[in-house]
Amino acid sequence: MPKDGGIGASSKRREDVRFLTGAGNYTDDMNMWGQAHVFFLRSDVAHGTLTNVDTSAAAEMPGVVQIFTGADFEEVGSIPCGWQVTDKHGEPMQEPRHPVLAHGKVRHVGEPIAAVVAETLEQARDAAEAISVDIDELPAVVNMKEAVQDGAPKVHDDLTSNLCYDWGFVEENKDAVNKAFDEAAHVTTLELVNNRLVANPMEPRVAIGDYSRAGDEHTLYTTSQNPHVIRLLMGAFVLGIPEHKLRVVSPDVGGGFGTKIFHYQEEAFCTFAAKACNRPVKWTSSRTEAFMSDAHGRDHVTKIELALDADNNFTALRTDTYANMGAYLSTFAPSVPTWLHGTLMAGNYKTPLIYVNVKAVFTNTVPVDAYRGAGRPEASFQLERLVDKAAHELEVDPIALRRQNFITEFPYATPVAVEYDTGDYNATMDKLEEMADLSGFDARRKASEAKGRLRGFGVNCYIEACGIAPSNLVGQLGARAGLYESATVRVNATGGLVVMTGSHSHGQGHETSFAQVVADMIGIDEGMVEIVHGDTSKVPMGMGTYGSRSLAVGGSAMVRATEKIIAKAKKIAAHLMEASEADIELKDGAFSVAGTDKSVAWGDVTLAAYVPHNYPLEDVEPGLEETAFYDPSNFTYPSGAYACEVELDPDTGEVKIERFLAADDFGNVVNPMIVTGQVHGGLAQGIGQALLENCAYDSDGQLLSGSYMDYAMPRASDLPFYEVDHSCQTPCTHNPLGVKGCGEAGAIGSPPAVVNAVLDAMRSGGKDVGHIDMPVTPARVWAAMNG
Amino acid sequence: MTQVKMTVNGKAASGDVEGRTLLSQFLRDDLGLTGTHVGCDTSQCGACVVHVNGEAVKSCTMLAVEAEGAEVATIEGQANADGSLNAIQQAFQDHHGLQCGFCTPGMVMSAAALLKENPKPTEADVRHYLDGNICRCTGYHNIVKAIMAASGQDVSAIAAE
Amino acid sequence: MYNFDVERPQSIADAVQALSREDAQPLSGGQTLIPTLKARLAAPSVLVSLGDVDEMKGVCMSDGGQLCIGGATTHATVAAEAAAHYPALASLAARIGDPAVRNRGTIGGSVANNDPSACYPAGVLGSGATVVTNAREIAADDYFQGMFTTALEEGEIVTEVKFPIPQAAHYEKFLQPASRFPLVAAFVARFSDGVRVAITGASNDGVFRWSEAEAALASNFSASALDGLSVDSTDMISDLHGTAEYRAHLIGVMTKRAVAAIG
Repeated sequence: MPKDGGIGASSKRREDVRFLTGAGNYTDDMNMWGQAHVFFLRSDVAHGTLTNVDTSAAAEMPGVVQIFTGADFEEVGSIPCGWQVTDKHGEPMQEPRHPVLAHGKVRHVGEPIAAVVAETLEQARDAAEAISVDIDELPAVVNMKEAVQDGAPKVHDDLTSNLCYDWGFVEENKDAVNKAFDEAAHVTTLELVNNRLVANPMEPRVAIGDYSRAGDEHTLYTTSQNPHVIRLLMGAFVLGIPEHKLRVVSPDVGGGFGTKIFHYQEEAFCTFAAKACNRPVKWTSSRTEAFMSDAHGRDHVTKIELALDADNNFTALRTDTYANMGAYLSTFAPSVPTWLHGTLMAGNYKTPLIYVNVKAVFTNTVPVDAYRGAGRPEASFQLERLVDKAAHELEVDPIALRRQNFITEFPYATPVAVEYDTGDYNATMDKLEEMADLSGFDARRKASEAKGRLRGFGVNCYIEACGIAPSNLVGQLGARAGLYESATVRVNATGGLVVMTGSHSHGQGHETSFAQVVADMIGIDEGMVEIVHGDTSKVPMGMGTYGSRSLAVGGSAMVRATEKIIAKAKKIAAHLMEASEADIELKDGAFSVAGTDKSVAWGDVTLAAYVPHNYPLEDVEPGLEETAFYDPSNFTYPSGAYACEVELDPDTGEVKIERFLAADDFGNVVNPMIVTGQVHGGLAQGIGQALLENCAYDSDGQLLSGSYMDYAMPRASDLPFYEVDHSCQTPCTHNPLGVKGCGEAGAIGSPPAVVNAVLDAMRSGGKDVGHIDMPVTPARVWAAMNG
Repeated sequence: MTQVKMTVNGKAASGDVEGRTLLSQFLRDDLGLTGTHVGCDTSQCGACVVHVNGEAVKSCTMLAVEAEGAEVATIEGQANADGSLNAIQQAFQDHHGLQCGFCTPGMVMSAAALLKENPKPTEADVRHYLDGNICRCTGYHNIVKAIMAASGQDVSAIAAE
Repeated sequence: MYNFDVERPQSIADAVQALSREDAQPLSGGQTLIPTLKARLAAPSVLVSLGDVDEMKGVCMSDGGQLCIGGATTHATVAAEAAAHYPALASLAARIGDPAVRNRGTIGGSVANNDPSACYPAGVLGSGATVVTNAREIAADDYFQGMFTTALEEGEIVTEVKFPIPQAAHYEKFLQPASRFPLVAAFVARFSDGVRVAITGASNDGVFRWSEAEAALASNFSASALDGLSVDSTDMISDLHGTAEYRAHLIGVMTKRAVAAIG
């Protein structure tokens, strides 16, 4: 229950004060003494053989420090991929080399060919224009289905084809699934596209390399969601720098949404060049560069089929997906269409038989990787569009069809390898219906029609796997990293705490909500707890923030470390009060002996730990500092039911979101204000995908939406006030906080509701088109209405 | 190089700049006022909004020399004299109108300009006025709510904590 | 950006003089020009800022009943000061870009650039305005000569635009969702002697007059007069945001809505 601070309170965010006064410290706000600037000369063709890169004229240009090309990085490692998928034949995926600077070939527009380090950025850019680059252009492969045809141009000449892997899940179920389709009373089929997106955190990426000759020490300042992951990947696999000689710092990070998880060439370059040039080297991405160098998201083409029996029970599900990898494998790219997508295809339903096929394809486009939701939005969109389509084909109520097929008993082992621990899908649907005022819809529709508009209502459910995840499980699935989280809790002599967490906030408010958890456990004021993150020299090896994992995994590590602190403090308190440790109770920041009026304050105990004059030195070490690494035993499974009401202008095809409703089950909630804000942001990105955002290439591999002039970012006037509820709470059973994670839900759950609503509006205007692809732009709606 | 002089947050400021130096670069690189952010290069995102002679402008789309003699106000000068958050800043904190904080300086400066010309804006007024300020984190709900609250309007009927 | 000098003349004469320097280019607000320079798509040696030329600023009514707007007048100023005289034009200015852009962008800059998706060219052509330069006066019908092309000579600057005031007018625009420029917009102005309809955003040739609509509306000023009229999509822009056919369709919708708004 909300109270004055602690778990359940909507504490105001402490980080806001610096952000609101211009005192934030983002990477681009940092400047090193003596720093030089780098400009990357990037390919303007999608595919070609680099026949000559002549830097001689450029090297003479004013201010130039040094110019680098691919040849300078031949002895340097490949940008690594952190996940290996095994295909349906038991073979590992095809994994191409990913150079820091292009060598031999260029494979996408935006790939860096050369890097000019100069005194100023403009000088570097001037010199880059003087570099002579000869490229023999090759035909580009952009369309995934064409890319896997025999004879298609190959993105990587040393691979057998453009097929990264052909994944079957669960391959052993395939025959049974096909048999169920043969026996089905009804089959609903849907072909759809999950549109390519660009994450677009408002802070573009920045990297500053710094090198100290004195200690042979490297420092990289970078806009990362997970500095330790960058240290490991770049140090061990690219540059060969041992971790104790490499520090990675990410100060305030201005949004990430997944795209700042990955290790990028520019980070490796700046670290490398700082030593080569013996001075700090800084790169600040422009937005234009970001569009062609930040990993993109989504980009699936899918055929999905649902088999139902005569009573409308789901009997089997079968999907066939092409997933775009782009030109190279970004850090977690192979996992997104497989383990973050195939495992969620059961959705909220007790479909007994499921088979998922995914073909991952190389194309001459920017690499594609995780973007808010990562695989789960693709799963939820297919499934929830399909269920809606089935309901209309069968002429049954879409909500009733969903309820009929809901999983209702937990734990529930799906046929796609995961076990949902808790959930109550009817409860969130009940809440949604209560919020939606369905009985008033007809009147609202009539009011819209009186204005010449069509009104539609759409609903969907979602399930996601968050809090990633058990290291031993993801290891079996191909992860080349662990997915635990770490925390060190350091108690100072005067009672204040510093919590060093391996999670890293890029807008989620960890400094506030994490402090709430620790303060609540001890019963002290939140202001006594300071959160430190984002610096590998300060915090223990951590895995960072993504996959809605920070509180579920990082928070659990904090809880474990704090439990150790409390256990030790109780020993000290027992000594101070000459009582048995078993009788010591901690409440409201004071230790007492059960059944007596004896008590010592938190501060008395912490002081004793560091001034151990009266102290059980024979049993307990001085000091009060504990570390915990928490590795969960399962994913968490947030779920919910979403609804959207749209108004459609049949003359122009314009769709306006009139209402958006979200009923989520996140388990326990630490800071409701922050959780609600996370849902809002996710909804805007999901609605953005549904209505506005589209990263498009032409057939030559040229990026058509390479700036905000053509990539439609959602603006305030595109969006309504959202109606959000998270009162349905089935706590996670396997982490100490009972939390599930909330960061991605909005983006995962919202696109199908929007499209379902648009199709409902179109049907009310007499046009049943079956499906319309995202983004549902006015032009597409108009074409569909008049097709 | 040209010398440029202006008043920034009430204090005299000067520096030598090139013709091409943008006001945003002058503020960040010469004056160290890094609260003004740059989020795009097509004059769309609004993270760089400051006030020049009392009007909101995109400082990444104005040359520093064009601000010669001007009164410039940035996010660093918005707090009250005692250092406490001003009404708009406080409303953003109270209503969780920011997450990563990167767009926030521009949002606050645009909000200040809006409330100066329209002291009691409707929801539609606020949303329309923010056409040139992109936020990727909040979905705008709490920004709109914060600005309406900062104008003294009762926002308790608007959903959420 | 490539580097350049900046001149800040105080008068039209000085501005014209400064523009005679080699590779000089006027800077009038810069809301399009500065992003263009950032992309290194232009390399002027000197930018002549018109922001200090006071004689090019302001909104007033001439003795002849025309609304005169100085070339260096910002959109925000037009939105505020033209409202009483020519509400449709003020409304157009009030909806260009966003507030910060409107505080810098100017009518002269917009009209000189003649972006095929800009708002002002529709207002100027739809009003039958006169573009005044340092050298001459040019009727709108002669001024706009295709995408990014005008009758301006090298070094010639738009010092003023003079608008006849119609009996009624309205600007209806449909936004391109990313750039927030018009995907298609229609400016309809009804005068005692006829109707003018100017369309922006749609055509590969930039702003143009929809003469069939003008003729139909001249005899029957109502949205229904446009029923059955259609625009040939051959020369319409086709891109990520809409096909030529869609734009041709929107021309009809926007024009009808503008007519209906006038009543």
